[in-house]
Amino acid sequence: MEQQWKQLAEGVELLVNRTDKFKTGLLSVTLTVPLRREDATAGALIPEVLYRGSKSYPDMERLSAATDGLYGASLGPAVRQRGESQCVSFLCSVIDDRYALDGGAVLEPAAALMGEVLLDPAVDQGVFRTDYVKSEGANLADRIRSRVNDKRSWSIFRLIQEMCGQEAYAVDKLGDAEEALSAAPEGLWADYQALLGRAKVTFYYGGSARPERVEETVRRAFAPLISGRRAPVECAVPAEPQGPVRTVTDELDVTQGKLAMGFRTGGVTMDSPDYPALLVCNALYGGSANSRLFLHVREKLSLCYYASSLIDKLKGLLVVSSGVEFGDFDRAQEAILAQLDELRAGRFTDDERNAAIRTVVNSLRGRLDSQGQMEDDCVTKLVYGVQPDDGGALIQSVERVTAEDIAQAAQRIQLDTVYRLTGKEGAAHG
Amino acid sequence: MVERNYPALRETIWHGVLPNGLNVYVDRRPEYGKQFAFFATRYGGMDLRFRGEDGEWVDTPQGVAHFLEHKMFDTQDGSALQRMAAQGVDPNAYTTPSMTGYFFEGVQGFEDNLRTLLSFVSQPWFTDESVAKEQGIIGQEIRMCEDDPGHEVYYQLMEAMYAKHPVRIRVAGTVESIAQITADTLYQCHRAFYRPGNMVLCAAGDVDPERVAAIAGEVLGQDRSAAAPASHGEGEPSRVVQRYAQRAMPVSMPLFELGFKGSPAPKGEGLRQRLVAELACDVLFSSSAPLYSRLYEQGLINGSFDSSYDELPGCACLIAGGESRDPRQVLDEVLKEAARLAREGIDPELWDRLKKAAYGSMVRRLNSLDDTCFELAQAHFDGEDYLSFPQVFQSIERSDGEALIRSWCTEDRAALSVIRPLD
Repeated sequence: MEQQWKQLAEGVELLVNRTDKFKTGLLSVTLTVPLRREDATAGALIPEVLYRGSKSYPDMERLSAATDGLYGASLGPAVRQRGESQCVSFLCSVIDDRYALDGGAVLEPAAALMGEVLLDPAVDQGVFRTDYVKSEGANLADRIRSRVNDKRSWSIFRLIQEMCGQEAYAVDKLGDAEEALSAAPEGLWADYQALLGRAKVTFYYGGSARPERVEETVRRAFAPLISGRRAPVECAVPAEPQGPVRTVTDELDVTQGKLAMGFRTGGVTMDSPDYPALLVCNALYGGSANSRLFLHVREKLSLCYYASSLIDKLKGLLVVSSGVEFGDFDRAQEAILAQLDELRAGRFTDDERNAAIRTVVNSLRGRLDSQGQMEDDCVTKLVYGVQPDDGGALIQSVERVTAEDIAQAAQRIQLDTVYRLTGKEGAAHG
Repeated sequence: MVERNYPALRETIWHGVLPNGLNVYVDRRPEYGKQFAFFATRYGGMDLRFRGEDGEWVDTPQGVAHFLEHKMFDTQDGSALQRMAAQGVDPNAYTTPSMTGYFFEGVQGFEDNLRTLLSFVSQPWFTDESVAKEQGIIGQEIRMCEDDPGHEVYYQLMEAMYAKHPVRIRVAGTVESIAQITADTLYQCHRAFYRPGNMVLCAAGDVDPERVAAIAGEVLGQDRSAAAPASHGEGEPSRVVQRYAQRAMPVSMPLFELGFKGSPAPKGEGLRQRLVAELACDVLFSSSAPLYSRLYEQGLINGSFDSSYDELPGCACLIAGGESRDPRQVLDEVLKEAARLAREGIDPELWDRLKKAAYGSMVRRLNSLDDTCFELAQAHFDGEDYLSFPQVFQSIERSDGEALIRSWCTEDRAALSVIRPLD
């Protein structure tokens, strides 16, 4: 793989990962702004409205027909939260020219279509079409409200709302349902202009095309975006909990309880020297089938149907997520914390450490076999001003993590908030 | 191992049949960092009734194939899951109505991990104690599924569509049905279906095809005996059982799936029928077809709307679903559109575009080693050559799509399943 990074203007950059191994190329454009309660709804709604129709393809049917004609180019909007930033993207995966049945180029027309969708929308009297704003506003409100349907992710979402209530991090990247419903074309158009004008812009391409060809294509398709801008991207990382541990309980009509526990990593994030140790510590704690939570809490004690941990590498959080019987909340919580204490005390074997290291290395290397994951990793780094590389340096550091490093990482991890989702009839099911 | 080239896709597949009857497929991709292996048996949630060694029919509890999948990870020396996890790979498995597949991916130690995979799947080790414990774990999993509206809306649809076919039975079973499973049940089912001749091994990535075949031969031995014949019930009518089924759950908005009951593909026509049926799905439901925009603009569907073609031995159907304020209205509109297409035919431009898009999507899918192995395994069980899809596409005509819509997408073959919000 050959990697090339280039600044196209101040606050506008392009990263190209050139590789022949995939049958497709992936092009993305990302507009990054601070995640703020007052802007989040617009940030989430704008790409959906844009995706309804552009100047030459003014409705969904014609826009889909255009992507179908490009061998089913998979073009779509994405709104991602990265740390305390809202990243508004369009991604487009197109088959490599080598597989086009008519032998023509697919990348250029796909980029042109993407550029038109982002920069030249279907308008009515100079602003977004009212029907598009209304129906996408309603859809966004539905999406926000349907978060509750998946209880596993809902319990994590609620935990974060409670734990980071005073931080921008807890702002829902999808915004607010009521605001989405009341969005109006004029206001949203102004927000759109502001987004184009102030956001940090990140272009990414992974695939077989040469970097020069990609740059030329991007410059042509997205010309109006390639202008200097000052776009500070920040994320507050409280190293420690701001007070005693809080426990929050919600009741919903469910048959299985969910227990989510939020920890601070002691300020360790993606660019900290201690990050490799945190990765290994997380794999050992709850990030694999060989982890303490899986082996002890789920398998040995049968306290949870699932119990795993994950980290947010930008915000410095570790979250344990588990499914438990209503009667087992206290026991499960104790068992989960007891395993963290074991790691803090260094009570784990070399085999466990090696397995955790292998798990992390596997996962880091494996990500290079997925175009989508490569895009996500590179964009995440670029947004926070970390230079992407081939991942080799991180893998080497991970391989050198010692037992002491892991224990220290575990000692820095501190419980902040506990969230419990229980049934309406309390412990009756338990 | 014999090489087969697919120049249009720039792929080469190595295939061989071992003396013990196991089919092995390898897609060599040296440019990938990881290796993937998928070991599957033609045995799933719908294979509840089979002929035992004494020639008598054996009936097993619902959920036994899935239960067996969970328990296969136990070995005499402990858990294979942990043994592999210690190597940094995360083996996993799933059970569909017609297949149970075990797999892992990794970037190092492929041959050792492959040995472990083949050995734990082929060597059962069950105790009454471990079965009793698993009943608790799977009971939790079943309850978690029962809380999942997406899961419930699907099975409610299958129950509405099918009178006898075991596709209507939940792959994981019920808390009551799995309570009847014993270590003996598991041994009996393993003997019946986990024989090399009833299984397939697919590997992809930076692997050596000959080594894969050699290792499989070493670990699995020479047992050539055939698998037990399974019964899936006979005489499934072409009409649906019930046109409309609904229940309430805590959802924010009604969730629905509508299905058209089709006919299973004739032998050797599986891939062709799949491509035709998926194109018919696109003609009816894709966002570049007229119906989608109309429903979307009326606020009857949203971005969650999706469709698929499902096929299993003895049954085939089209399914479309998502969230809607008025699922009955969606079904009415779909039936109207199907009738129009049956009458007026499919717009030729739309058809050509959808074909191009479908081809591109299948090419894209080959990026994934997991998906490629899964497709190779499925195609093997169906007697198909998956990577011949570019040629099959060329042989498909618009009239094939029209014929399928005309015969499948009618009122008496349609059912609607709805999960509505609690009052």
